[in-house]
Amino acid sequence: MSVFEGFRFRRVSSLVHRLDPRVKFFYVLVMFIVAVIFSELLPLTVLFFLQIPFVLVGGVQREWLRSLKGALLFAVMIFTFNFIFTFLYPPVYAQSASPIEYPLAMAVRFLVLVESFSVFFLTTSPDHLSLALEQSHVPYSFTFAFTTAVRFVPVLAEEAQTIMDAQKARGLELEKGSFLRRIRNYIPILIPLIVSAIRRSLELAEAMESRAWGASEKRTNLYVLKLKRGDFILIVIAIAILLLGFYVRYFVYIPPLKALLPI
Amino acid sequence: MIEVKDVYFTYTSGVEALKGVSVTIRNGEFVAVMGQNGAGKTTLVKQFNGLLKPTKGEVLVDRVSTRDVSVARLARKVGFVFQNPDHQLFSETVEEEIAFALRNFGFEEAAVKRRITWALNLLGLTEYRKTSPFMLSGGERKRVALASVLAWNPKVVILDEPTIGQDHQQKEKLRQFIVQMNAQGKTVVIVTHDVEFVAECNPRVMLMNEGKIIADGEAKKILTDTEIVAQASIVPPQITQIFLGLADFGLPTDLIDVSEARKALVDYLEERAQP
Amino acid sequence: MAIIETKNLTYTYPGGSKPSIQDVSIAIERGEFVVLTGPSGCGKTTLCRCFNGLIPHFYSGKLEGDLTVADLKIANHPIHEIARHVGLVFQNPENQLFALSAEKDVAFGLENLGMPRDEIRKRVDWALQMTGIEELRERAPHELSGGQQQRVAIACVLAMQPDVMVLDEPTSFLDPMGAQKIFEVINELNQKLGITVILVEHRLDLASKYADHVIIMDEGKVILDGEPREVFKSQTARLIGVGIPKATRLWQMLMEDGIRLKKTPVNSEEAAKLLREVLKA
Repeated sequence: MSVFEGFRFRRVSSLVHRLDPRVKFFYVLVMFIVAVIFSELLPLTVLFFLQIPFVLVGGVQREWLRSLKGALLFAVMIFTFNFIFTFLYPPVYAQSASPIEYPLAMAVRFLVLVESFSVFFLTTSPDHLSLALEQSHVPYSFTFAFTTAVRFVPVLAEEAQTIMDAQKARGLELEKGSFLRRIRNYIPILIPLIVSAIRRSLELAEAMESRAWGASEKRTNLYVLKLKRGDFILIVIAIAILLLGFYVRYFVYIPPLKALLPI
Repeated sequence: MIEVKDVYFTYTSGVEALKGVSVTIRNGEFVAVMGQNGAGKTTLVKQFNGLLKPTKGEVLVDRVSTRDVSVARLARKVGFVFQNPDHQLFSETVEEEIAFALRNFGFEEAAVKRRITWALNLLGLTEYRKTSPFMLSGGERKRVALASVLAWNPKVVILDEPTIGQDHQQKEKLRQFIVQMNAQGKTVVIVTHDVEFVAECNPRVMLMNEGKIIADGEAKKILTDTEIVAQASIVPPQITQIFLGLADFGLPTDLIDVSEARKALVDYLEERAQP
Repeated sequence: MAIIETKNLTYTYPGGSKPSIQDVSIAIERGEFVVLTGPSGCGKTTLCRCFNGLIPHFYSGKLEGDLTVADLKIANHPIHEIARHVGLVFQNPENQLFALSAEKDVAFGLENLGMPRDEIRKRVDWALQMTGIEELRERAPHELSGGQQQRVAIACVLAMQPDVMVLDEPTSFLDPMGAQKIFEVINELNQKLGITVILVEHRLDLASKYADHVIIMDEGKVILDGEPREVFKSQTARLIGVGIPKATRLWQMLMEDGIRLKKTPVNSEEAAKLLREVLKA
């Protein structure tokens, strides 16, 4: 199942993978803020290309491009919507710019937001992420639920496949029939899956209790996240981008793209 | 009935599970596919009903290639009872559960009703006709799964690890049932690593190891062949183990059944007692 | 003093019409290797759940009688306290492992107890070594075979250094070779560390060679309780439907034919040795 490929944990270890998830998240937050304060195409495009070095160092080009492809559909929708809107109600500041620049900027802003999150998730392993959550004082029940869910994704995917096989072997044809019929055909797959999930949860609960779940208010951890040199460098870069962004926004004139290109 | 012609199979994950398997199963045979976990047993039998199609080579069921027919069509002839009945059960009543496949195969309602009654009776489940399958015990759910497959009367019945989680008595009953099914003309294929279970029914054994069939013949001959058994990393039957230690007395070395063992020992001692 | 002692233990699940275990009175000494068996539904799983407190604290319902484990009266202590003394390994290896690496799973119980990090690290390394799975420490559960997963599960329980380890049909999903390995691991823990083992098993041929005490249950009651040889050779065991070792069955049949062996064998090696003596004579 290709959807689950993205979640399947691959033990890649690049520089970006080894950075503290909390620091990476701070960087993504900075991207978020800076993307929101700009409505001009030029700075947003710069922000977009700022992701690329992280993608390359992280070695996640293929997956990143795949998520880009997926986001492109929405980006086009945003572009079209904004284009129609600005055509009908041109905003004051966009007088000097060409009518496509603002909608394009909005589309690029969307891509920057989505793609910076994508880089974050592609370069952070689930257990690294849960460790970060724990150390950030997120309640343990939440992080535990998260890690366990990720742990069972491949198991559930396999089970769904087995159930489909079992029902196909009883004559169930998933491909045939009207749209409504095909939805109904998934009932023999969903029910065993749900029942199995419930049974599994009970067994997991038994195992958890048997290993002293809830014994101590203060839960300790085998691992600990420590900030290293690379993390501090990223923090500095992020703060620099943040300050630069605010400076440019309020003190520098940003020309529309039309003025820069020989059109 | 089922012809496997030089079949290779590789999963999408890259694991090569079958490496050139060729075998024929005739109508009415009783076959046990054996080997340790990961040898390729389940991968092989899933070729028989088209759930998996060979990467290379061909599988013919009744002279038709599995590539040319849908799984649903093949299922009509080749019934498959999965290891975990909970992967199939979803209906409100046992009756509905058995009806599911019958309706999928296009049986008319009168025939559906008849066959449900017959299947329930066959597996001693008549009292549970209107019960929810989820309310039944593990062993009972296994019987419901089996009933739902037998109801459409396939020519071949495949059982994947039918003895897992069963106690001694349940295995006994199952063994007798399988032998009876086979005696009535059904082709039965079981996938199992339970050597004792196989020893008690002495079927044809196909022993697999690392994607290949390394031995194919009578259970008695194969399970007592120490070299082949070691190669496949399986444990020989208990009776065989006992007699391995007595080879120098001239006792037969191909024993797998406890009654045969008794007879052999009694005969030996009686013979020796005679001057 | 027995490490586990029960007196007239009776339990009915909520909504159950009759008790799942009835008047169970047994005593298990420290360091014993106990095999608990019986037909499906006999109450062995229920009894296991009592040993570590899941009954009555996780499952409500009615528990009557006395149960003392490691000097704790089970009814009066929460599960997490009992967990320090009694570990429970379940049938399905998949549903006992929650973390994304084996060593994190082994650490789980210790983290719950709030132990300091270096203590956790020491115990995790020790448990992985004792179960022979050190090289699997970084692997995710779905990358492991069933047998490997069960060894991780045993390590998880071992890390808490319990006095008693209860294993409820741990080899159900494993092939005979995998089952053999698990029994060897459990036996080592019993012999080397003195951990009392209670193993629920149907595969008596493989498990009985390690047992010094066998308990057979049927329909919620304890029917036979004693030394393996005595228990297996009784006709009752066979009549209940327990799959006694073939060696013992052969011995029973030969007795009927007037052929006596010096002892009652409970596994194939013993049977071969005893038969040799008879055949030589």
